[in-house]
Amino acid sequence: MTDIGMKVDGLTVDLHTPRGTVRAVDGVSFTAHRGRTLALLGESGCGKSMTAQAVVGLLEPIAEVTGGSIDIDGEDLLTVSRKRRRQLAGPALSIVFQDALTALNPVVKVGVQLAEPYRIHRKMSAKAARAEAIELMRHVGIPEPESRADSYPHQFSGGMRQRLLIAMAVALSPKVLIADEPTTALDVTVQAQILALLARLRKEHDMAVILITHDLSVVAEEADTVAVMYSGRIVETGPVDQVFEDPRHPYTRGLLESVPVDAERGADLSSIPGSPPDLFSIPPGCPYQARCPLVMDVCRTSRPALVKTGDRAVACHAASASGSEGVSHAA
Amino acid sequence: MTSPADTEEAATKPNYLKMLLADPLAFIAAIVLLVVAFIAVFGRQLAGPTATQGDLALSRLAPFSTDHGWQYFLGGDLLGRSLLGRLMVATQTTMSVSVPVVLISLVIGASVGMWAGYHRGWRETLAMRIADVVLSFPSLLMAVVVLYIFSPSIASIIAILAVTRIPVYLRTARAESAELQSRVFVDAARTFGTPSGAIIRRHIFPIVLPTLLTVATLDFCYVMLAESSLSFLGIGVQPPDVSWGLMVAQGRDQLRTQWWLSVLPGLAIVITTVSANLLASWVRLATDPGQRWRLTTPRRRRRRRAVPVLEA
Amino acid sequence: MLTFLRRRALTSLLPLLAVVLGVFVLARLTGNPAALYLPENATAEAREQFSAANGFDKPIWAQLIDYFAGVARLDFGTSLRTGEDAATMALRAFPATLQLAVVTMVLAIAVAIVVGCWAALRPNGLADRVSGMLSMTAASVPDFWLAILGIWVFAIILGVLPTSGVDAGGASWVLPIAVLMVRPAGVLTQVVRGAMISALGSPYVKVARAKGASEGRVVARHALKNAAPPALTVAGDLAVGLINGAVVVESIFGWPGIGKLMIDAILQRDFAVLQAAVALTAISIFVLNIAIDIGYALLDARVRNKAGAAA
Repeated sequence: MTDIGMKVDGLTVDLHTPRGTVRAVDGVSFTAHRGRTLALLGESGCGKSMTAQAVVGLLEPIAEVTGGSIDIDGEDLLTVSRKRRRQLAGPALSIVFQDALTALNPVVKVGVQLAEPYRIHRKMSAKAARAEAIELMRHVGIPEPESRADSYPHQFSGGMRQRLLIAMAVALSPKVLIADEPTTALDVTVQAQILALLARLRKEHDMAVILITHDLSVVAEEADTVAVMYSGRIVETGPVDQVFEDPRHPYTRGLLESVPVDAERGADLSSIPGSPPDLFSIPPGCPYQARCPLVMDVCRTSRPALVKTGDRAVACHAASASGSEGVSHAA
Repeated sequence: MTSPADTEEAATKPNYLKMLLADPLAFIAAIVLLVVAFIAVFGRQLAGPTATQGDLALSRLAPFSTDHGWQYFLGGDLLGRSLLGRLMVATQTTMSVSVPVVLISLVIGASVGMWAGYHRGWRETLAMRIADVVLSFPSLLMAVVVLYIFSPSIASIIAILAVTRIPVYLRTARAESAELQSRVFVDAARTFGTPSGAIIRRHIFPIVLPTLLTVATLDFCYVMLAESSLSFLGIGVQPPDVSWGLMVAQGRDQLRTQWWLSVLPGLAIVITTVSANLLASWVRLATDPGQRWRLTTPRRRRRRRAVPVLEA
Repeated sequence: MLTFLRRRALTSLLPLLAVVLGVFVLARLTGNPAALYLPENATAEAREQFSAANGFDKPIWAQLIDYFAGVARLDFGTSLRTGEDAATMALRAFPATLQLAVVTMVLAIAVAIVVGCWAALRPNGLADRVSGMLSMTAASVPDFWLAILGIWVFAIILGVLPTSGVDAGGASWVLPIAVLMVRPAGVLTQVVRGAMISALGSPYVKVARAKGASEGRVVARHALKNAAPPALTVAGDLAVGLINGAVVVESIFGWPGIGKLMIDAILQRDFAVLQAAVALTAISIFVLNIAIDIGYALLDARVRNKAGAAA
């Protein structure tokens, strides 16, 4: 067993909107191991990005963490002081955002932006930090880093910008790296390069990578473990090869069936009929009931709990009934 | 044919009066403006002769006493005329400048703006260039030159202020109409061969109107301030006519002894412009379906700020 | 960069020409421009003499050429009151207005940055309420009345500041600047607040926070730099609009600047001086607009590059 990088337990996030309060993330738990990749998989609006933002502490003001814990090296990120949290941001935990164009400051030279982690956490001089930044740019494969350090983000291509963003995130060799849809905005060949870069850096820095994505092929190729999210909850989790080989939750099955066998990277998840429930009107029972081919009476009244079986877990009445060893604990 | 705005209105049917009553600040502002409008129309008759014919015995009378009748509640000026009476008469002058300016610039600016935005191309470019040129110069600078060359009269003040304000409506109307002219319902009307004038009148104007009214309410403040500045400087309304700005100027020399002659007319300006600003920010929320909830949800969660839109 | 500036200079030149030409056209619309220069009780012969001496009897196009040549040489004739060269009078008054305007804008920008940033960081907090009140005052309170209120309270009742003039040193600056500042400070605070709210919500600010940057660093190094360009544009417009306020404030406080010169010229019917003052103001607005464009390009590399690519 590898070292644990981060352990999230029962994370719950509420959104306070003009129309009322809704639960966007509902009791999500997972563990990320160092040197390995955990994928959070789901459609847009399933709460996977909200989970990432809650973990790094960058939720919008209308969102509020109302329960759970996020543990890195014995420290709970949700209870430490703001100052301590800032100290951990970078060396312990880091994030790569989806859209590198907006995630890089448009009016600051990239060399300065990349030097910032060293300036903040290692109190380096501007000159020393710049040297580190240039080294970092070389490390992620930016050609001619000495001269490019004085360029602005808009002077780089999309793939190069994503490399810069990743470089900035791994500058201080964090224990945990969250990658929030890191390749969605890129074209297919560049996607592969960026994923390869992430995999290389993960090994070199022995980071726990949490990969947030809606792309099954990315999960299949890059992740060790997968957690499938639906309507703010994890509905199935386990080693990627096992889950993809033998999906137990009808939603996971639907996702896998929606992709043709020789699917291209980036294929859409649109072929399950229906759409996820509106967060304002989640029905009692299982949130997937309206789209589920196996729906039973119990699904309409009681919410299935996540039942663990060996390395795997699934939250489905039908799966529990059809012979898994686990016992269903209806909520 | 129904435009999207029509169906939207029908669906939600906002009760404006109820929303206004629910908002004390906006409600008071509306009452104040109604009173000002009433005085502007009937002030001269109400004030009676004390506003024009002074009683020298009451010269420099201090304010806040009703011993000499309600007209003298705000004191008397050097010639013994009642300050309150003169304020009421001045309301008429101030409004007879501000209201026409707003109406004229609204009508011209909105028509040209919608026309330019609907047709795009050279018409749009030309209209916007002219608007840019007018806006790029301080309005007072233009007014100063024009009022020098054509001696100041109420008509020339209205004319020059209207010219400086037309671009404001023109820009707003053009932006909205340029956006609307590409929409499906306008396209549909065009396919049926509806003439462009009718399309603008029937489909574009009703949608642009709420925005224009908000702009007009705010602009009303601007025009009032501009008129009073000109009158204060001696190049606006000329005696024997009287406006609020002119009264501030006339009372200025007596500031040491009769402060009320200058301070109170200015207060009248402030009360009116603050009310118009408050009402404008309410109108902006009330006419915007996306923002209306702010007026109907309970106060605790409400995050409304009465901040006027300013232009430089 | 140079192409960019040249193009911007040409677009800014248009309004300048419009004003100079506008003064010419308006003066001719009155029938006899000589009447504008001469006292109202001047005799018919005096008017004719003046017309002939100044070429007002020539055909209109010749007058136009004369006029533009005069403007190019900054020759607007002599003052009717003092007999002095009108352009010289305007140039002499100019520095006083410039000083007033520069100090006012610097202070207004400082206030706007502090209050605007603070208001953006703490919505509905104290600074947010102050910024709301400031902008309400800027939109509702006439500057001349504010000036008179200031004189009444601080000069007459409290006796701590002079009523007018420039002789009292620092104290004589307080009221004029305070009054002149209200509008730019009120408007700019709202602009800074809005731009900061959108900058603080942007992904690059999240990234900076994810790097462990302190609140001060996020505001100063990341958000403010992005909020600066829109604020600069508005500040430019406000600086142009400052001339409105300067006319009022200078004539109330007896400040010997270009605004007071303009009003005096009007009240004394001194057309040559008025023309010179208006032209000088128009030219400085032209220069200011170009300066703003340069500042804009320096702040944002994207503007520079786009301009370079268009060349």
